[in-house]
Amino acid sequence: MSTPILEVRELVKEYPGTLAVAGVSFSVPEGVCFGLLGPNGAGKTTTIEIMEGILPPTAGEVCYRGEPLGNRFRQEAGILFQKTALQDFLTVRQCIALFRGLYTTGLEVDEVMRLCALQKLAGRDARKLSGGQQQRLLLAIALVNDPAVLFLDEPTTGLDPQARRNFWELVQSIKARRKTIILTTHYMEEAELLCDEIVIMDRGRLIAQGPPRRLLHEHFAEVLLELPRQEFPPAARALPLSIIDASDRVEISTHDLEATLRTLLEAKVPLTNLRIRPANLEDLFLELTGTELRP
Amino acid sequence: MIRRLLSVLHARNLEFVRDRGTLVFTLLLPVTLVIGMGFVFGGPQRPLFKVGVLAGQEDRQAHPFLRERYVAFITLADDGAALRKVTHQQVDLLLDLRAPERYWVNTDSPKGYIVEKLLLAAEPAAVREPVTGAAVRYVDWLFPGILGMNMMFSCLFGVGYVVLRYRKSGFLKRLHATPLTAFEFLSAQVLSRLGLILLVTAILYAGIGAVIGFHNAGNLLLLALVGVVGALSMIALGLTIAARFSSEELVGGLLNVLTWPMMLLSGIWFSLEGSPPWVQWVAHVFPLTHVLDAARAVMLDGAGLPQIAPNLLYLAATALAFLAFGAWSFRWRIE
Repeated sequence: MSTPILEVRELVKEYPGTLAVAGVSFSVPEGVCFGLLGPNGAGKTTTIEIMEGILPPTAGEVCYRGEPLGNRFRQEAGILFQKTALQDFLTVRQCIALFRGLYTTGLEVDEVMRLCALQKLAGRDARKLSGGQQQRLLLAIALVNDPAVLFLDEPTTGLDPQARRNFWELVQSIKARRKTIILTTHYMEEAELLCDEIVIMDRGRLIAQGPPRRLLHEHFAEVLLELPRQEFPPAARALPLSIIDASDRVEISTHDLEATLRTLLEAKVPLTNLRIRPANLEDLFLELTGTELRP
Repeated sequence: MIRRLLSVLHARNLEFVRDRGTLVFTLLLPVTLVIGMGFVFGGPQRPLFKVGVLAGQEDRQAHPFLRERYVAFITLADDGAALRKVTHQQVDLLLDLRAPERYWVNTDSPKGYIVEKLLLAAEPAAVREPVTGAAVRYVDWLFPGILGMNMMFSCLFGVGYVVLRYRKSGFLKRLHATPLTAFEFLSAQVLSRLGLILLVTAILYAGIGAVIGFHNAGNLLLLALVGVVGALSMIALGLTIAARFSSEELVGGLLNVLTWPMMLLSGIWFSLEGSPPWVQWVAHVFPLTHVLDAARAVMLDGAGLPQIAPNLLYLAATALAFLAFGAWSFRWRIE
């Protein structure tokens, strides 16, 4: 594993009456796509904003290449916020040029537009872009300084499936350029596809950290069996199985599919609507953070 | 730093010019006001005599002339300025009560002729010092006030609401994630607004000046300097108000709290001469009062740099103080 480009040490953020981040530590290796996952209110946006240097922590620190965040970090970081409004009455090219003018080094405006497939939109009023085009523009702005580390805070929220897949392709092309990417997302499919390493936060704390495959292996057996909840008899809950309650279904995690099926048949559990699939990141997320709706 | 500043400056200028509604409003308001004021105040003035009395004189109330009714007596500190007021018929007569008692009267002024009769009835031995000079019309006197008022609104509301909008929309937060500093951002806003205000004021000066037949008695460059320093001070004041807050209502309220006293007390519509000293003291806290004092001194009296230097220094000092405070208290994001 390469040297960490970012280190988060004992980070605490307190608001009046709320402990948003409660002593979080982790490090981000250079050149990876690092996912920061968690349910709403887990503290991930607060954590990422402290990492971006725009929110001061109550305690702890974030180091970039071994030094506290400073001018070098601002020159070398690119950020795509969850929500960003741009200046009115500017075209796509002018928006990018505005931000390019704020950095001493970086990519040419035309090159950034090419990277984000914005050439055909160069003269369009930025307010008149679709959601997907808007996100591509914000990504272009985040790339104008040719950043060493790129923060993407829920970049595909609100996009349609085509725009989301298009955005993923862009992120993969950035990954191919050996850029470090810090990604927060609510889409586990996105995290699974893009992230080399993840941390999962809940209630301001880290509850899991590592490569997705390793975490899945640690928390789940090889496969998951899914049954509709109404077809799963209450008596079957006493069976010696690893049973997980999801909203409308019951999931059984196992590494011995044959033995589990035999146990279910012996207990006369109907298997007509049985589904068998491998565990994924969403299962891990729900396993660790629960399924109840947060206030 | 210059590159970053120019980048923000250019983008802000584009935004302003393309916002046609605001641009038209900025140009139309003062013209409408001048026309309106011309209708309202264009008729004959009230039959009130105004007599200047040179300051530093003891026992003024003992003088019989100073007890005359329907005459406003105004204490004037500066002899030269007082004499100019007689020349421009801004006072009908100037009185020096020190022995030998003297008075200056404009022989071209009808009101001067009448008020002289009143004086001589009370003090026949007073020594006459005749002067001549055409009257300053009310519209000439009002003209700098209109320019100053337009400048004030544009400076305070234009900049204040723009920064507030940027903060609320998250645009400032995005800029904060770049190497741009608060001082650079604020300076770009100040310079952008300053350029636009100077351009608009120059157009209004030339256009309205030609329509009303105004003749500037002073140096045009000095007048431009007054405009630059005055606009800087008021833009910086607007930024100070908008530096921190995120509520439109609060910022709007604060800006109104600032603009209304300036509208009433800075001498846009009427002169504060003769008002209580505390009112004049309060009025001179406002930058607009110094802008108008200096502009009128240049435009109407042909004053030079030494005469308006105190106003310019006050405006420059407040501009720096407001800008420094604004940068210090600036918030990039909603707390």
